Amino acid sequence: MPVDVARMTKVFERPKSLTEARYTYCPGCHHGIITRIIGQTIDELGIAERTVGIAPVGCSVFAYLWYRCDAVQVAHGRASAVATGLKRAKPELIVFSYQGDGDFASIGTAESLHAANRGENITVIFVNNQIYGMTGGEMAPTTLVHQKTTTTPDGRDPATCGYPIRFSEIIATLDAPVYVTRQALYDTRRIQDCTRAVKKAFQNQVDGKGYSLVEILSTCPTNWRMSPTKANEHVANVVTQVFPLGDLVDRG
Amino acid sequence: MERSVIIAGFGGQGVLLAGKILAQAGMDHGLEVTWLPSYGPEMRGGTANCTVVLSDAPVGSPIVDEPDAVIVLNRPSLDKFEAAVAKGGTIIVNASLIDREVERKDVVAHYVPINDIALKLGDARVVNMVALGAYLRATNTVPLDAVKQAMARALEDSGKGKFVPMNDKALDGGYRAVS
Amino acid sequence: MAERQLLRGNEVIAEAAIRAGCQCYFAYPITPQAELLEHMARNMPRLGRTFIQAESEVAAINMVYGAASAGVRTMTSSSSPGISLKMEGISYIAGSNLPAVIVNVVRGGPGLGNIAPSQCDYFQATKGGGHGDYHMIVLAPSTVPEAAVLTTLAFDLADLYRTPVMILADGLLGQMLEPVELPDPIDPASLPRKPWATTGAVGRDPNIILSFDLGPENLKRMNETLQTKYREIRAREIRYEETDVADADLVIAAYGSTARIAKSAVRMARAEGLKVGLFRPITVWPFPYDALRAVADHVSTVLTVEMSAGQMWEDVRLAVAERAATPFYGEMGGVVPTPRNILDEVRKHAR
Repeated sequence: MPVDVARMTKVFERPKSLTEARYTYCPGCHHGIITRIIGQTIDELGIAERTVGIAPVGCSVFAYLWYRCDAVQVAHGRASAVATGLKRAKPELIVFSYQGDGDFASIGTAESLHAANRGENITVIFVNNQIYGMTGGEMAPTTLVHQKTTTTPDGRDPATCGYPIRFSEIIATLDAPVYVTRQALYDTRRIQDCTRAVKKAFQNQVDGKGYSLVEILSTCPTNWRMSPTKANEHVANVVTQVFPLGDLVDRG
Repeated sequence: MERSVIIAGFGGQGVLLAGKILAQAGMDHGLEVTWLPSYGPEMRGGTANCTVVLSDAPVGSPIVDEPDAVIVLNRPSLDKFEAAVAKGGTIIVNASLIDREVERKDVVAHYVPINDIALKLGDARVVNMVALGAYLRATNTVPLDAVKQAMARALEDSGKGKFVPMNDKALDGGYRAVS
Repeated sequence: MAERQLLRGNEVIAEAAIRAGCQCYFAYPITPQAELLEHMARNMPRLGRTFIQAESEVAAINMVYGAASAGVRTMTSSSSPGISLKMEGISYIAGSNLPAVIVNVVRGGPGLGNIAPSQCDYFQATKGGGHGDYHMIVLAPSTVPEAAVLTTLAFDLADLYRTPVMILADGLLGQMLEPVELPDPIDPASLPRKPWATTGAVGRDPNIILSFDLGPENLKRMNETLQTKYREIRAREIRYEETDVADADLVIAAYGSTARIAKSAVRMARAEGLKVGLFRPITVWPFPYDALRAVADHVSTVLTVEMSAGQMWEDVRLAVAERAATPFYGEMGGVVPTPRNILDEVRKHAR
């Protein structure tokens, strides 16, 4: 039977704020979902023409390729400082930084913490996959205890490597941030929750409310040496035990 | 013509401010000037000095090997700078605090009881202006009135205008103390 | 004519930056440039401009990177140890073709060194410091009035060539007072537009600021573009000053504070009948090789004087290329040469 396309409603499409460029991410990695959520948010808020994205160093180094908006590619760990400079120079811009765990919570510790402490009116997307994906699967500040990485071949030993840092909880101790939350993407319900959280984090900036941080528990099937399905289960069953989901601060 | 002076003493004796006021007065009087402080981590209590150069031509070095004059407000400053003064130069010695005479015979020393004059005026903090007044009389580098005006503006600009009359008297007191 | 004011070098650089339309300033406290930061803290907010005391030098230079991306005039300042921390950001700014002004009020090094005047960061300023094949334009003021002029120029050159420009001062220049006529303020709104800036992709394709390309051929092209720019700068922007060079037999090569001290030594030498002159690079990058070589062709000696172990001396020897003798006199660790010290060196070599 012929299909009458004219009578169909399109319920899902590529966000207009995303380009046609193909992702460079591995199969099963959550970066692609996060990128889409951000693109959709930019569409829904109608802010593409005043948004500037900040691409970090790491697997998402090419982040500037995916969005149909202005972008700045910056040094490892410095995204929150660059975001500060951009936003202060042009407060009418919507500035978001996209940072991995090594970027945000290790080499960029000072920049991340102090941008939050100043309450910069920016949106930070903090992607926590507990590993350095791009450089070959080394230990991240968020690597779980006993987790094997290429620099903790026998597993992360807290006696010599410390424990996984709950950086969002640290930021939540500060007085300035308006919204700090931890989200995940291992099933459709979490994806919907995360989408709402990302939208809120952007909306807060549009409304001039101040600093918003969305930490997203992400997968790295390649370096975790798991199938994408197993990786999702690992986030649901193991990672969330160390990094519990939910809002840590909501002063919006 | 180029004239140079080093003003030296304890931190807190106002030697840096005295130098600034002299440099300002020199500039107002149409001269080229530089003011260079010694600077260190101690905000109070250490030793301090500054070098002021006044010239009718652009100043080259703000650092001077042989100053035409030194104003020494304490003994360590005399010990440090006596040898440096140019032959025929001037030393203003704070006789209230310095218990020795200038050893060199090829310079002109003026012994001024700077602290005593300041205390007699009622305020030990004006020792720097007493010293500056004495220097002006001894060297004629800049007219006393130009320095008074520069002093008044410096104090007024920093919200200390009520201290102008006292500092005015201090400049006069120092000026009169040198014959 | 503007009013003559007696001002401190650090404050003059700060005020000249404000008058040049600097809209965002970011820095971290360090001696001997604290007065610069404090002047900005007092004055930027009341003008509706941005002042942030950053959490670190690293953060400050990256805030500059962000503000420069947004197309505004922006500056940071520090002293030697802090400038070392900024080197990563400076490399990114150069690689991304962003305009920015960096002030280094140099102090004694290496390591923590001390807070006394020095010129020991010449290599770092002129030969790189950060990673990669890049240069900054480096302007070396010798007097407080010149610091004002060169600060204005620094912002203009940064915008013109989309490049970081460093003002290479030292503790002596930063701390001293001298009469200065400040330039008239520029209205930032009157400055030329920057169509490349990330100000929101309205009616145009997105602008991307980056220093990155994984493809060697592409990155090579980006490097070639940089080198082309550096050739243009070398052709157009070299600045230097000659004093009493025409009949000289010995010329002192010195920059910054040392050059003004050397000027007094030249006067003293002339008074003794010695034919001595002064060659002062104002841009230490690009270095005035050709001009100094022309001088070397008619003198017997080019005496380099620096507050370092002989960093500019290398450029002097490259320029002179054995056309004249090239002795060296340097002080280190915050020791400042006096006119007499320099005169003594001149006497050793003058005929």
